[in-house]
Formats: sequence, C-alpha cells, structure tokens
Amino acid sequence: MTFRRGNQAPRRKAVIPAAISIEETFVTFGIFVMQLFNGLSLFTILLLMALGLAIVFGLMGVINMAHGEIMAMGAYTTYLTASFIEHHLPGLMGVYLFIAILLAFAVTFAFGYVLERGFIRWFYHRPLDTLLATWGLSLILQQTYRSVFGAQEVSVPLTTWLSGAWEPTETIQLPLNRIFIVALTILVTLGVWYILHKTRWGLRARAVTQNRAMSSAVGIDTNRVDALIFALGSGLAGIAGSVFTMVGSTNPGTGQLYIVDSFIVVVFGGVASLLGTAASSFLIAQMQTALEYLMSGSMAKVAILLLVITVLYFRPNGLFASKVRA
Amino acid sequence: MSKISRRRFMQISGSLVAAGAIPGAGLLTKSSFAAEPIKLGLLHSLTGTIAIAEAALVEAEKMAIDEINAAGGVLGRMIDPVVADGASDWPTFAEKTKQLLQRDKVAAIVGCYTSASRKAVLPVLKQSKGLLYYPTYYEGQEEDKHVIYTSQEATQSVISAIEWMAKQQGKTFFLVGSDYIYPRTCNKIAKPTVARLGGKVVGEEYAPLGHTEFSSIINKIKAAKPDWIYSTVVGGSNVAFYKQLKAAGLDGGKQKLLSTVVSENEIDGIGKENAVGYYACMGYFQSIKSPENEKFVKAIKAKYGQDRVVGDPMECAYNSVYLWKMAVEKAKSFDVDKVTAASSGIEFSAPEGKVTVHKTNHHVSKKVRIGRARADGQFDIVHESGVIEPNPFPKL
Repeated sequence: MTFRRGNQAPRRKAVIPAAISIEETFVTFGIFVMQLFNGLSLFTILLLMALGLAIVFGLMGVINMAHGEIMAMGAYTTYLTASFIEHHLPGLMGVYLFIAILLAFAVTFAFGYVLERGFIRWFYHRPLDTLLATWGLSLILQQTYRSVFGAQEVSVPLTTWLSGAWEPTETIQLPLNRIFIVALTILVTLGVWYILHKTRWGLRARAVTQNRAMSSAVGIDTNRVDALIFALGSGLAGIAGSVFTMVGSTNPGTGQLYIVDSFIVVVFGGVASLLGTAASSFLIAQMQTALEYLMSGSMAKVAILLLVITVLYFRPNGLFASKVRA
Repeated sequence: MSKISRRRFMQISGSLVAAGAIPGAGLLTKSSFAAEPIKLGLLHSLTGTIAIAEAALVEAEKMAIDEINAAGGVLGRMIDPVVADGASDWPTFAEKTKQLLQRDKVAAIVGCYTSASRKAVLPVLKQSKGLLYYPTYYEGQEEDKHVIYTSQEATQSVISAIEWMAKQQGKTFFLVGSDYIYPRTCNKIAKPTVARLGGKVVGEEYAPLGHTEFSSIINKIKAAKPDWIYSTVVGGSNVAFYKQLKAAGLDGGKQKLLSTVVSENEIDGIGKENAVGYYACMGYFQSIKSPENEKFVKAIKAKYGQDRVVGDPMECAYNSVYLWKMAVEKAKSFDVDKVTAASSGIEFSAPEGKVTVHKTNHHVSKKVRIGRARADGQFDIVHESGVIEPNPFPKL
C-alpha cells in the first residue's frame, strides 16, 4: 500500500457514512426484497404461461402457435364473466375471479378438445404443416376477437380484495394480486404433476408419449388420450390467460405477447420435462428481474436471449433433456 | 316500292346520329357540371395489432364526411370515402396507398397512425403525387411536402407538459417509455427542458414494445422517489404499467404521473379505476367545454352509441377531413399541388378550438391541455396552454 492511498482513505470515510443513512439502508433492503419477490412472481407467471405449452409441445410434439390465442380466449372469458356478474349478480363480484378461472378452464378445455379432434390430429407427423396451420388458426382467432370484442382493449375489473399490497414493513410492498398468482401457480403445477404421475390417466398419457404403438397394442385408446392431453394443455392456457388479466392487458393481440416467452421457456427447459420447464422459468425470471434492475429492459431481454442461445448451442435438447423417444 | 332517295337517306341517318348524340351530350354535361362524387381515401389498420388505436379514427373521419355531404359537399360534389385496411403491416400501407391513388384516383388520403406506416407511405405519395393528412401526435423530425400533420408534434406537447409539471410541487423527473422512436425523441426533448427549468432527471427507462412486466422498473421508481413520472409507454404495455403501478401502491393519489400518449380511448382499456388521478397532456379532451365540442361529442355518440368515448387522435382525424375540405375550397380545385399550397394558413374552428395550418412547415398551431383522470374515465382539465407554433425540428 502506497503512502498516497493511505492518505486518501480518511476522505472517503467521511463521504460514505453520510451517503448511506439508516433510512437509506432500509429502502435498499426493501427494494432488494421486492426485487426477489418480483423474480418469484415472474417465475410463476412464466411457469403458468408455459405449463400448457410444455404439455402440448412436450408430450405430443405439437407446435401450437395458437397457444397464445387460447390464453386470450381465457382472458376474454374472464372479461365476459366479470361483465355478466357485475350487471346481474353484483353480490358475487368478490369471488368472480374463481368462477372466471373455472369457466376459462372449461371453455378452453372444450375448445382444445374440439380443436384436436377436428384439426390438429390431421397434422400429426407433419411438424412444419402444424406450425403453419396453427399460425393461421392464431390469425383467425385474433381477427375473431377483434370482430366480436372490438379492436380496443377491454378492461377487466380487479377484485377489491386483490388490489393493493401487503406491507410487512414500511419499505416493502408486495402486490396482493401477485401473491395470489404465486399461490395459484403452485396449486396448478402440483395438480398437473399429480395428474400426470399419480393417476391412471396420466400413466396412459405418458405411455402413449413413450411408445404409441405398444400402448395401442395393450389397449389404450391413443386417440382419446391425445385429445385429452391437448385439451388439458389448452385448459391450462385458459387459466393463465384468465389470471393475467390482473397484471396485463386484454386485447385481440394479447396472445402474441406471451407466445414467444412461452416457447423460450419450454425449449430452454427441455421438451417433455415438467421439471425442466419449472427450472427454466425460475432461471429466466430471476435473471430477467435482476438484469432489468441493473440495466434497461431491452438489454435484459438481449442478455436472456444470448444465454438461451448459448445454452441451446451446447445442450440442444435444453437444460433437462429427457431420454424419451418423441 | 319507294326507293330511298339519297336526300331521304341523309335525313334519316342524320337524325339518328343526332338522336344518339343527345343522350351522350347529356352525359357529358352531367359528368362535367353536376355532382359526381369526389373520392377521399381513409387508410388505417382495421385489422392487426394497431387496430386497437386506429379503427376508431375511421369512424370520426366518416362522420366528418357525412356532415360535409349533408351541408352540400365540397365544391358542389359529394365526398365518397374509400376505406382501405393497412392491416398493421407497413408494406401493406404502401401498397394500399398506391391502389388508392392510382386505381381509385382519390383526391387525398386521411390516414396512418404509427410513424412506421407513415414512413412506408412517403415514397408512394411522392411517386404518385398524393396528399396525406396524418392525424396522430408523433415525434416530429419530419416535414414532407406531401403530408399535412394535423396533430401535435412532440415539442408541442412535451415542452408544455414539462414546463407545467415543473411549476407544480417538486422538480425531479423519472422518464419511462416504450423502446422505440416516439418515447426516445420525447425524452430527448424532455431532458434539456427539465435542465433548463432547474429540475433533475433521476431515471430514464425503456421497456420493449408489448412488455407486460413492469415490476423492476417500478422498483427503480420507488428507489428514485421522483416527484413526477413522465410516461410515454404505449399500447398494451400501458395497461400492464398502470395496473402494476397501482398494485405497488403508486396510484394516482400517491404518485404524480403524466403521459403524452394516454387519451380517453386508452383509459377505456386500462380500466378507469387504474388511471384515476394520473395526468395526460393532449391537444383535445372530451371534457372541453365549448359549443363546437359539445356538438361534436353529441354527434359521435348519436352515431356510434352513447358509451363511445372520444380521444385526441379521433378529434384530429375529424379535423383532418375539414382541413382538406377548406383547402380545396380555397384552391377551388382538387389538384394536389394547389390544395397543398392553399393549405398554408388555413384556420378551422375544431372541437378543441382554433387550429391553424402553419405557413410553411405543414404542421398545425394549436393549444395543448393537461387533464387529470377522473373516476369516470374523463379528464378534468387543469391547464390550457396558449397557441403553440409547431417546431418539428427543434434545436436541442
């Protein structure tokens, strides 16, 4: 250590304590906690968004470009439910969201079932055609929303008990709607895991994905399984769309905002792996929120995409590549 | 057995020719003197992502055309609107412009919303000698002789907005915008203005277009504790931004925010309860109290339903049709060059008050206003500027 440096030290000391007062420390700590929570919240949002796609794309190998529009269908179902309840059963406004989530699931589940039977199944083993056909479908759906609901955004009212924030200390505010999304996502993910790994239907579904011919030979109705998997994936998209009305916007193009992120999460995590989807959502979300805080939003996106490209270069099957014959 | 003499033949054939010619002559007179409609192109995105903002403009333009037709048309001719769909796709805008000008032979076009679509249309306008009325607030930095810009360019709204904000309590500003040219230009104008007024910019953030995750930006705002947020976040992102601000406890009661892009139309989608208390700076608000505006709002509601709200771009679209009509009448011709030349200095008593086309730079002089959003989605006007001259190329 040179004499010069030693000489400078006291000057710095004088500056630092003045800059960081106790209050400042609390604010910084508060921001840190809120940033961690944001990462957690974004994680659950990405997971919820990608879950349906992970099932459809992961288990069936169907590239469904209309996945985002199915989410929008969930969002519009929520909007319709809210408007209906607001006008006819105002007493139920407090719990309308639960009704809307169930309805969104039911509507998109049914839509998914019909879609698979009437449309998707004719495109199996033709991945490029599926891509084009579902993209076309997404355009048709978008334009339908535009014709039915108008090109403008629709506003979905937020339930009163979900607006506002939980404030454990003065400097930390955690938005209640995000806490709700975190809880719901955990519930839904556990539900999906249970269905796929603990029920007979899940066993059949996994069997069909692993070896279709053999499953068929032992008497599994593979067509029915296909339709139900697709319907389940769509239903999950519907739930996601319904929940996102709380944080995002609802317009005919809403689905487009989510589709790219969903695909990135699923591909990055490794197709056919729920754990991979969860891990990749977690990683992307934490990185995104941290980088967004340190740099700008656009730069954060660039950094994430670079990371995804690099990882996929070395691990083409994603983080958690499962050894399943697709 | 009468033989037809030559003379008789000449008589008959002559009268036949004459008889044939008379209806022809009648047609000729009709087309040159009576009212064959004149075509006006309306070019907006009716489909695709930008239809959110643009579809309503066509309605306002059609209403202006109906009014003009009911009052006898322009130079004695009815206006026949030709609607074209730009489909939120810039090459389509260029192609449709070509169709409107070359196939439909429209006298002028009112259209475009995004700057990208306007830029795509410029070469076609030049090539086919067209005239475009552009009814959207935009970032400036352009002056094309084939375009009349009928809304406020960035300096008109940004400088007045910042000056007004700085006069209120507090002088620290946090700038948030979507990541494209309009917000970046606005902030480029805002920063020196803030400095000139002795204020301080404590943060500047851009979110990618269509971004729906604003939690990190909101935390940065919380850490910086600005007196004012100046927002140029657009489109669906706005909905997410306002909702998340409110959820984070920075609602209109606690945090002052002013946007130069949120009109009544946007508030419809954002949700009235999420926008209450925030400010907006616009040339026009539906709540302006003047006989012209009351008539205008009433007419829109009568035509398109009582629930319709009217925002700034709709009003500018409406004005555009009138500004064209007045220029045509002044020029006594539909010729593009003559109409363009006649446009300079034209004054129109618009719903927002008097707007005047600038002598040289093709933009309009107008007032801007600052409004505070109410619970019913309308704005309380808290400030009205004097008439501001357009300055599309500010020295910064």
